[in-house]
Amino acid sequence: MAFYVAQFLSGLSQAASLFLVAAGLSIIFGVTRIVNFAHGSFYMLGAYLAYMMADMWSGAVGFWGAILLSALTVGLLGVAMEVLLLRRLYRSPELFQLLATFGVVLVVQDVALAIWGPEDLLGPRAPGLDGVVRIFGLPFPQYELFLIVLGPAVLGLLWLTFHRTRWGTLVRAATQDREMTAALGVNQTWLFTSVLFLGSALAGLGGALQIPREAVNLQMDINIVVEAFVVVVVGGMGSVTGAFLAALLIGQLQAFGILIFPGITLVLVFLVMAVVLVVRPYGLLGRAPATARGESHALEPPLYPAGRGLQFAGLALIVALIALPAVLGDYALVVLTEVLILALFAASLHFIMGPGGMISFGHAAYFGLGAYGAALLVEHFDAGMVTGLVVAPLAAGVGALLFGWFCVRLSGVYLAMLTLAFAQIVWSVAFQWYSVTGGDNGILGVWPAAWASPKWVFYYLTLVLCTGGVLLLRRIIFAPFGYALRAGRDSPLRSDAIGLDVTRYQWLAFTLAGTFAGLAGGLYAYAKGSVFPTLLDIPISVDGLVMVLLGGVQTLSGPIVGAAVFHGLETEMVRYTDYWRLLLGLTIILLVLVFPQGIVGALQSRLGARFSPRLREQVAR
Amino acid sequence: MQRIKRYFWGAAAAVAAAAGFTDPTWAADSIKIGEINSYTGLPAFTIPYRNGWELAVEEVNAKGGLLGGRQIEVISRDDGGKPGDAVRIANELVTSEGVDVLAGTFFSHVGLAVSDFAAHNQVLFVAAEPLTDAITWEEGNRYTFRLRPSTYMQAAMLVEEAAKLPAKRWATVAPNYEYGQSAVAIFKELLQAKRPDVEFVGEQWPALGKIDAGSTVQALAASQPDAIFNVTFGADLSSFVREGSLRGLFEDRAVVSLLTGEPEYLDPLKGEAPEGWIVTGYPWDQIDTPEHNAFIDAYQERFDDYPRLGSVVGYTTFKAIAAAIEKAGSTDTEALVDAMEGLTVSSPFGEIEFRTIDHQATMGAYVGKIALEDGRGVMTDWRYADGADYLPPDAVVAERRPE
Repeated sequence: MAFYVAQFLSGLSQAASLFLVAAGLSIIFGVTRIVNFAHGSFYMLGAYLAYMMADMWSGAVGFWGAILLSALTVGLLGVAMEVLLLRRLYRSPELFQLLATFGVVLVVQDVALAIWGPEDLLGPRAPGLDGVVRIFGLPFPQYELFLIVLGPAVLGLLWLTFHRTRWGTLVRAATQDREMTAALGVNQTWLFTSVLFLGSALAGLGGALQIPREAVNLQMDINIVVEAFVVVVVGGMGSVTGAFLAALLIGQLQAFGILIFPGITLVLVFLVMAVVLVVRPYGLLGRAPATARGESHALEPPLYPAGRGLQFAGLALIVALIALPAVLGDYALVVLTEVLILALFAASLHFIMGPGGMISFGHAAYFGLGAYGAALLVEHFDAGMVTGLVVAPLAAGVGALLFGWFCVRLSGVYLAMLTLAFAQIVWSVAFQWYSVTGGDNGILGVWPAAWASPKWVFYYLTLVLCTGGVLLLRRIIFAPFGYALRAGRDSPLRSDAIGLDVTRYQWLAFTLAGTFAGLAGGLYAYAKGSVFPTLLDIPISVDGLVMVLLGGVQTLSGPIVGAAVFHGLETEMVRYTDYWRLLLGLTIILLVLVFPQGIVGALQSRLGARFSPRLREQVAR
Repeated sequence: MQRIKRYFWGAAAAVAAAAGFTDPTWAADSIKIGEINSYTGLPAFTIPYRNGWELAVEEVNAKGGLLGGRQIEVISRDDGGKPGDAVRIANELVTSEGVDVLAGTFFSHVGLAVSDFAAHNQVLFVAAEPLTDAITWEEGNRYTFRLRPSTYMQAAMLVEEAAKLPAKRWATVAPNYEYGQSAVAIFKELLQAKRPDVEFVGEQWPALGKIDAGSTVQALAASQPDAIFNVTFGADLSSFVREGSLRGLFEDRAVVSLLTGEPEYLDPLKGEAPEGWIVTGYPWDQIDTPEHNAFIDAYQERFDDYPRLGSVVGYTTFKAIAAAIEKAGSTDTEALVDAMEGLTVSSPFGEIEFRTIDHQATMGAYVGKIALEDGRGVMTDWRYADGADYLPPDAVVAERRPE
């Protein structure tokens, strides 16, 4: 009995620290609709700042002062991010701000390393709360009890703020209907800035309160941000009470789950999210967004088949790609092969994100399924490369068919998070199923057949398959299927009225995108010679998103340009400096500011007329 | 577009130059070694490691280089902790930079990816830090050698101590990935072989870097073990130690813990280092042998810092490569591999040998107890466990390693 009480309390304190971070994220998303990857970075900065200040000033006043001051400082950093960066991007395509916050994540990682050094920093215990109390005879830390009380207290304060102050009322109004709030004359700029302050300060507070519990370290940002998103989504985006309930649920399941399945820690939160989202598509306490009026974000410009100019440009590019092995060395060909593979991967992601209108945070699942499909055949059946490359897209396609059925029933960020949940479940299977997948030691020896071994042969093979894949995706977009898909994205109601089964089109599109991602994954496996669960993991999904957004989600060639630019920058910068993340982050931020529609998107709106006569007409009008 | 791109490259190059990128200008006939490690993924371990190999390279070059005056040139790259990137970099180093040897890596999966690349492309690869047994056994190949004592060896060292304890009921806690899982499996197997009366009553598998320390400690305590085998490290370890001490988990219980005595993991615990834990590690401030004294003096003079275990690993890896090149008398890969087999090298820990049978070095580790001294953790009652004594019989190795 005593043990279960103690375990329950442990679950509560874990829930409380999770809630603090998630609450901030939920508030920010609710009002601004920004998917803020930098939230974890603010959490980490809160911890580092609190450590630094508590180290400088001793005693109770010093410690608690450090906690509060670091939360305020982080809040101000959030304001700085909003004013200097995000504010310039509110007119960009949906999700584009995600790219900017990704740049901030990279910058903060290197800045923290430069300021506080590589070693873990174990902070002081909380003065006055450094002992234990006995609960039914079992020792329980006072500080954990403090957190258990603090969680509901913060929830109460937030509730009072939102329901008893004018500012809170405005925030709730904006969460529910941003356009209407704006139409009523509420100063949105000011509202957004203040919301960023509160949300970031909560993240900083969450991080600062961790210093008596864990050593401050450079992985804190990555370790918390995904979990915080899960809590927010399970609770219902924008619902602080929902976030609290979700944190409770996850904290308790974790505390008691490890008693029965100690290995469950890896995937538990994602299992919870998958189940909740399948049963409740808007999370525990979330509501379906207010009736879409179509202006929630600027309507996408229609897509046109390539004009004469673009056709020539494309042809010239292909000719150049064919000619390149004559002048390039082996290493350049290796990089170029990777760019081609990533271009296909990005194009497949774009296919569902752009024309399909479905965001995916878990596209790595299909890339990885393709890679594993090929690798498992090699490992267990001694299959050749050709068989592997046939099976790769099929394996991924079957996976996408299965997961897609659940995903297309949702929309927006909920859909995105469900794709993430499935990707993480696949990842954990690959990670844990040693006898089949080799676990995190992966599968080795997946090399191309002898005839394709020379770098230039494999390059041409990749060129044919990836160019073919990209062109085929393009062809599908301009087939009746593609038009139907876009109709479903732009107006589900009207499409339904003219007899289009929108969900079915989306499901098919999801499967197709998965299939092409699988082909890219299969090629990647043979290019690298080995396959690891990292191919199914979040960073691959994020890379895909970054490429699509960087290039321009509203264009067809955007993902290809995005893949080339992003991969080119990354591989080159790593060669020249230890601080490549800082450099890459700053470059992304700069690109985002210069090209707020993505690179191709911005170029098209400036030069597009030259390429497409129909676009010129439209611009003229 | 072109203009804009060029602008970015220009800016990038300028910042890169400012960030300390230096163009190595070596003699054309230098011996090139390609080095890959997770500098951004695990800086706490890899930065002291880099200091170590830089010291080794400087020492070799100061003595006139190798093969009658050829200097060593190291081309070092960050793999960001991703196996796919490591393979691309290995490609670059071999095909574009023309390196003669590959070295480095920390994470097991990255090490395995590079070792497979090495076998496929027939390049010598000296794995410095990855611990997985697979790299020299199940996935072992002719072109890969490994320096650090493997998971098996380090677990075996601790089993020797664990078997001496009266404890019969054991619980384990380990991060949920290959390293943690094989460490626990080996520990169980070897301990039960020595002590059939031992039973394992509980196990916990927190996700790496995400330990929920309170619940984990409570769950371990509930299984009422006499002793605990710990494999967690880094940030997980500090949470576990703090929560465990608070909740009295370590009272009247022996704890046997992998790697905890390494300065990388022990020092961040400062005054809260868990007294009495039996650990593997590196008591850098207490070893008094001529080899180690020479190393530590040189290191402290060069970097104004004390060495971590990673420093010893980096230093010894490159000393071993230098020794192999001298022994082979050329940089031909096949000659180098033959030279590496059975190569003996003088390391700060004494003489070590790269075994012919599985390409594992016999470098050992220090086994001792943690004590507190002047508000920081130190190792006491330690001894050097020679790696050669903790490897299974040759027949077992031959069975696990493919021909």
